[in-house]
Amino acid sequence: MAQEKEYLTFILNGEEFGVDILSVQELRVWSAVTELPNKPAYIKGVINLRGVIIPIIDLRQRFGLAPLDYNAQTVTIILRSVDSKNPMVVGIVVDAVSEVYKFELNSIRKPPAFGQQIDSCFLEGLASVEDKLIILLNSLSLLDQNELYQVSRPPEERLANENTLTV
Amino acid sequence: MSIDLSQFIPTFLEECFEGIELMEASLLNLEQGDEETINSIFRAAHSIKGGAGTFGFNHVTEFTHLVETLLDEMRDGRRNIAHKDIEILLDSVDCMRLLIEAIRDDCSYDDSKVIVTSQLLTATLNNNSIDENIVEDTTKDNENTSNAIADDNLTHWSISFIPEHHLVQTGNDPLLLLNALAELGKVSVTANCNSIPSLVDLDATELYISWQITLITAAKKEDIAEIFEWVEDDCQLVISNEESIDKKPAEINLDIANEADELITEKPTIEAKTKVKPNVTNDSSLQKPKAESGSIRVGVDKVDSLINLVGELVITQSMLSELGNDFELSKVARLNSGLEQLLQNTKELQESVMRIRMLPISFAFNRFPRLIHDLSKKMGKEIELLISGEQTELDKSVMEQISDPLVHLVRNAVDHGIEATDVRITNGKPEKGTVSLDAYHQGGSIVIEIKDDGGGIDSNVILAKAIENGLVDESTSLSESQVYDLLFEPGFSTAKTLSDISGRGVGMDVVKRNIQSLGGRIQIESTLGVGSTFKVFLPLTLAILDGQLVKVGREVYIIPLITIVESLQTQEALINRTSGDMVLYRLREDNVPVIPIYKLFNIPAQNKAIKNSLLVVVEADGQKVGLMVDDLLAQQQVVVKSLNENYQQVEGVSGATILGDGSVAMILDVPSMINMALKLAKKQQQNNIVAEEVIH
Repeated sequence: MAQEKEYLTFILNGEEFGVDILSVQELRVWSAVTELPNKPAYIKGVINLRGVIIPIIDLRQRFGLAPLDYNAQTVTIILRSVDSKNPMVVGIVVDAVSEVYKFELNSIRKPPAFGQQIDSCFLEGLASVEDKLIILLNSLSLLDQNELYQVSRPPEERLANENTLTV
Repeated sequence: MSIDLSQFIPTFLEECFEGIELMEASLLNLEQGDEETINSIFRAAHSIKGGAGTFGFNHVTEFTHLVETLLDEMRDGRRNIAHKDIEILLDSVDCMRLLIEAIRDDCSYDDSKVIVTSQLLTATLNNNSIDENIVEDTTKDNENTSNAIADDNLTHWSISFIPEHHLVQTGNDPLLLLNALAELGKVSVTANCNSIPSLVDLDATELYISWQITLITAAKKEDIAEIFEWVEDDCQLVISNEESIDKKPAEINLDIANEADELITEKPTIEAKTKVKPNVTNDSSLQKPKAESGSIRVGVDKVDSLINLVGELVITQSMLSELGNDFELSKVARLNSGLEQLLQNTKELQESVMRIRMLPISFAFNRFPRLIHDLSKKMGKEIELLISGEQTELDKSVMEQISDPLVHLVRNAVDHGIEATDVRITNGKPEKGTVSLDAYHQGGSIVIEIKDDGGGIDSNVILAKAIENGLVDESTSLSESQVYDLLFEPGFSTAKTLSDISGRGVGMDVVKRNIQSLGGRIQIESTLGVGSTFKVFLPLTLAILDGQLVKVGREVYIIPLITIVESLQTQEALINRTSGDMVLYRLREDNVPVIPIYKLFNIPAQNKAIKNSLLVVVEADGQKVGLMVDDLLAQQQVVVKSLNENYQQVEGVSGATILGDGSVAMILDVPSMINMALKLAKKQQQNNIVAEEVIH
């Protein structure tokens, strides 16, 4: 029997993405966040998830897409690292969740080496369902602090742009 | 059937550490004829030995056996309890700790000390009369000694070991015995399998093999018999000497004395080796930080009170939900009282849970009797240690971080504080110096006092030294406490000679930094010729802090109450601007820089004008700044949560908390905010310069 893996898929800018369902802790509707000082725009802030403070990332903005106003369909997927030694929880904001698919491991194709808007470190592979193409994301690197927060613009830069003191 | 013994190892290690601590404390109090104390030391050593044997830590068993034998002789009154013996036993306790720590951290250890101490023990056991100096030389190196022994008197032992069939059922493993023998010398083993029955009759839990062992070793018959001590009753054991070199005890003594002579001639090499040693010890100390254990022992009473509280909480909850089932407006009064009860319950529950993290400070104080004992020996000063308030409770994490600074302060008290004995006598003081440790609650903090009746701190000497080092200007006049604060400057030391105890001038600044990072402070009181007192003020816990809630734009921030000097509304007349964009606000004699939080954090705010705005004046590292906020909200206790857990450190923020409505609020880190503001100001200045250049 071929090995299978289940993926939760979601919509981002009209495209369908998938993450390993084992790394999904829960789904939440969008709720207000507490902003963090001097952080890049894709880090929306932090929320209180039953006593634990977790950061919320806008995946659209993280992938360099134009931000979208949040509406009733906007969902936060709470991801938890499977690695028990260094547990980390993070919430990613997506346009909408779609389906749960089962893929045989050998049916997953390698991602193309070029032509991608998204940082290639997040890509795990491509899978197709009927005539749809689903981009599978690597939940390990989504949960890796270094890779997730790498593209941050230094805060000083942003400060320098808009510094006029009003008295 | 086999039981995985390794699951019990952590428990065994914990028991070992407790036993070791007990041994150490008891040894320090041990006096002649005190049977109860010596018995308890013996019992501790015995259970460590037994446990180590069960788990196969043979090196621990062997070493502890020597200790136990010595203690046994003391216990039976066969040996007087001499001061020298206690020193050796204390050293042995250190070695045992070293061995156990090595097992716990699964790392190697510097075994020279262990070997040396076990030789000392053996020598003591043999009533060896080697002059102590020679013994100390022997201590310098071990391999030479063991080689010397090996070359000198090797004996061929023939051991016949025929175990009873039930031996393995008693938990003994013959393999461990054989391994232990192999450590004594060269071993060749022949197993006799003749008595193994046919498969049908074979009982897998019985042992049918016997062994014939030849051992070439320097060890004596007793040493070999010791290995079999635990199985003595369950086997037939014959240990015979193949060559008939039966040495009498006197000759053995002679041999050891000869070895000592040999060692003296080998001294140059020994010294060369000892010079290399420090590196080795440094390496092993680098491996140490693994030590922190993740568990705490909690008294049953604390758990019981928690259970009671949870019980009450459940009752309140069911009452409230019953009320909610068919609620009418007429029941509002009952709802209110129910909610009040809930508030009470949660508060008590919170306090109880916090109490679990609290440990009596005796955990930190317990190491000091030994420290003082060692230091007074090293320094040749007689010192008495008085400890009081050891039941005062302190948060576990605070305790862990305060231990090292305390050790430093106590060392200083002994080294710099207490004068040499002859000076004390000339000054008409009691010959014996006193260092006292005390801990008590004061207000919302815990005070730890380290007090000595030594010479006190001469502020003139400090001042002179500070001027010499260029720390202060000759013309400035400083108050006494300001002078004492100089002691905490990096690289400051007044000790005339360096010793390995203290005086290098590293440390006091670290002490202060450590205490400050715990949110505490340190204060010095001293009278010349009478003594000094170091007072360490610490917060009760790190998990909860009193905060002032402020609002900036949409966000609520928390300023730790302890940093706040005052809050005020600005008046236009008092606002000054410097050439840069820095704004200063005149506060009586001070000019405080104004930091608008919205600007620092780059967030929207309602009020961007400094005029008539609210200013919270805070102080950190002696620097006052005014934080500009939109609104002042309530003051309340908040539970500190870490941002690092799932995110990373954020500049300007020390942590976060969850407010009553479930939302998250950031706790401001004032020192880091000041740093940010400085960086920002610098950046702006550069920008301004660039802008000017463009204009010109």
